[in-house]
Amino acid sequence: MSIWEYANPVRFMRTSAVLLPWVSVGAALCLSVGLIWGFFFTPDDYRQGSTVKIIYLHVPSAMMAINIWAMMLVTSLIWVIRRHHVSVLAAKAAAPIGAIMTMIALATGAIWGQPMWGTWWEWDPRLTAFLILFLFYLGYIALWAALENPDTAADLTSIVCLVGSVFAVISRYAINFWNQGLHQGASLSLDAEENVSDVFWQPLVLCIVGFILLFVALLLVRTRTEIRARRLMALKLRERTA
Amino acid sequence: MELRVTDLSCRRGGILVLKGVNFALRSGQALVLRGPNGVGKTTLLRTIAGLQPAASGDVTSPDDAIAYAGHADGLKAALTVRDNLNFWASAYGTKDITPALQAFDLAPLLDRQAQDLSAGQKRRLGLARMVVTGRSIWIFDEPTVSLDTHNTQLFADMVRKHLTNGGIALLATHINLGLPDAESLDLSSFRALAESQAETDDAFLAEGF
Amino acid sequence: MRALLRRDLALAVRAGGGFGLSLAFFLILVTLVPFGVGPQSELLGRIAPGILWVGALLACLLSLDRLFQLDWEDGSLDLLAVSPLPMEGVVATKALAHWLTTGLPLTIAAPLFGVLLNLPIPGYLWLFLSLLIGTPALSVIGSFGAALTVGLKRGGLLLSLLVLPLYVPTLIFGAEVVRRAVDGMTLLTSLAMLGGITMAAWALLPFAAAAAIRINLR
Repeated sequence: MSIWEYANPVRFMRTSAVLLPWVSVGAALCLSVGLIWGFFFTPDDYRQGSTVKIIYLHVPSAMMAINIWAMMLVTSLIWVIRRHHVSVLAAKAAAPIGAIMTMIALATGAIWGQPMWGTWWEWDPRLTAFLILFLFYLGYIALWAALENPDTAADLTSIVCLVGSVFAVISRYAINFWNQGLHQGASLSLDAEENVSDVFWQPLVLCIVGFILLFVALLLVRTRTEIRARRLMALKLRERTA
Repeated sequence: MELRVTDLSCRRGGILVLKGVNFALRSGQALVLRGPNGVGKTTLLRTIAGLQPAASGDVTSPDDAIAYAGHADGLKAALTVRDNLNFWASAYGTKDITPALQAFDLAPLLDRQAQDLSAGQKRRLGLARMVVTGRSIWIFDEPTVSLDTHNTQLFADMVRKHLTNGGIALLATHINLGLPDAESLDLSSFRALAESQAETDDAFLAEGF
Repeated sequence: MRALLRRDLALAVRAGGGFGLSLAFFLILVTLVPFGVGPQSELLGRIAPGILWVGALLACLLSLDRLFQLDWEDGSLDLLAVSPLPMEGVVATKALAHWLTTGLPLTIAAPLFGVLLNLPIPGYLWLFLSLLIGTPALSVIGSFGAALTVGLKRGGLLLSLLVLPLYVPTLIFGAEVVRRAVDGMTLLTSLAMLGGITMAAWALLPFAAAAAIRINLR
């Protein structure tokens, strides 16, 4: 059996129906344990005090914001190359989730930035890049909403996703060049000296896993909705032409 | 030279409208497509012209042989008759626009801007454009709309001349143009049935949801 | 291809083509800024590079939705699609015509408008050069957006939403060149990046735009 069989809507609906409860429970479990652990059972940072604890929302949402776009790029390309409807509907379903993740990352960043840098908003490269990413999400969603024919919309949004990805990378580089910034380096990396210490790290990983599972659960729900909407459309169409 | 359409199915707005269309035209032959509104004449012509992909089946013709004239004439209102024709002549790599002018008596209008032409005159200019393409397979979608009897006659003459020169013409029209040995094809019999609807949506119509 | 360029230029310059419109828009924008930020010439001089670049960008955007829309409405886009001209070439030619009728006049007028904003002396040459190198990218990126929205009745707003984020790198490097020139800093990196983006955009985007048009036509 090949992986492409899941691109069949019926097959996808059946599998996702089985998966959905497990993923949802997993997400709820990871998030509640991770967040409670992180908020109440970790010490305050010696420099940043308790404000550091927003990291448990900020870092996972920021990671998701970028990775969801990457996922949309992959599924859009699968649509362009292999014409699997479920694939492009998954991209469509993922976009609003990605936009919300970007918003969470921006909002938590602003809330964290206020006590740290003394300002709600700073045109820091990372923050700016996320703002631009948010605009990309909006454009992508708006194009889906504007086009009536689902196949035309799928093709055009896939092109936008592809071109947007290239420009997102260029923009990231350009923004770095434009302003060196206040933001600390990535919180998680393998070699950095200033990595967050273990006490913070463990609940953070749990939160990240929770966010990933939450995304998968939401994605499954939304993709199922999109498939049903599409089925409804096809059924209506058949009725009208009968 | 031959235009061959094999088992062609066409889709309009995601709906399959025509199924299993077959015909072949050789040099000097014309085919008139008939059928009620909405049967898919325009869709078929656009598919053959290559503007939209076929749902299935094949269209075979020599390379760079097809010229297409749709409902809209593609005229630029701010340009003169001469400039409009010259533009298409150079797009198709031909030079001479005089045959086109003669075919439709356009010489007196040569320096008139397209926006100052009447609807019938615009149509004549749009149809004359086909002559400057220098292509051998002509596809017309409702060519005689807004033409008077005299100009309809001119149009029929133009097509007849094209056919005697070894060209091919494919038309969708309700008017009898009096073309010799033009066959006609009623598309009603190729209408796609609801059961064979929209292959792209097949996956969504399956049972077992 | 040359015939298409000539036709588009002729249409832009004739009545109703909106040739001077973007230039007038640029002038209005530059006039309005001092009303918004106050008349201090020192402040205006400092923000002039950014204002002029943002102004050029918006003025460029103004005429984009007409790029393919008119050809779509009168049916000539269909006819161009079945003509021997490759769609990629049609897109590139139309983008070039757009640049010649908006980007280039804006580039030439920009130093003049710089005077209104008290742009410091060292900035003028580089303002002109950066716009000359950067505005072609605006036209071709815009043609991609116009190709995406060509079938839509009210595509103008969506076009802005799609295109403006793509303008970010060009804007950053373009304005950076002028700012660095004003501050007397080395500006070759920014200029090279600006040129690189323009060339890459011209090399790749006509293909994406042509694909979008073909999808919209079917």
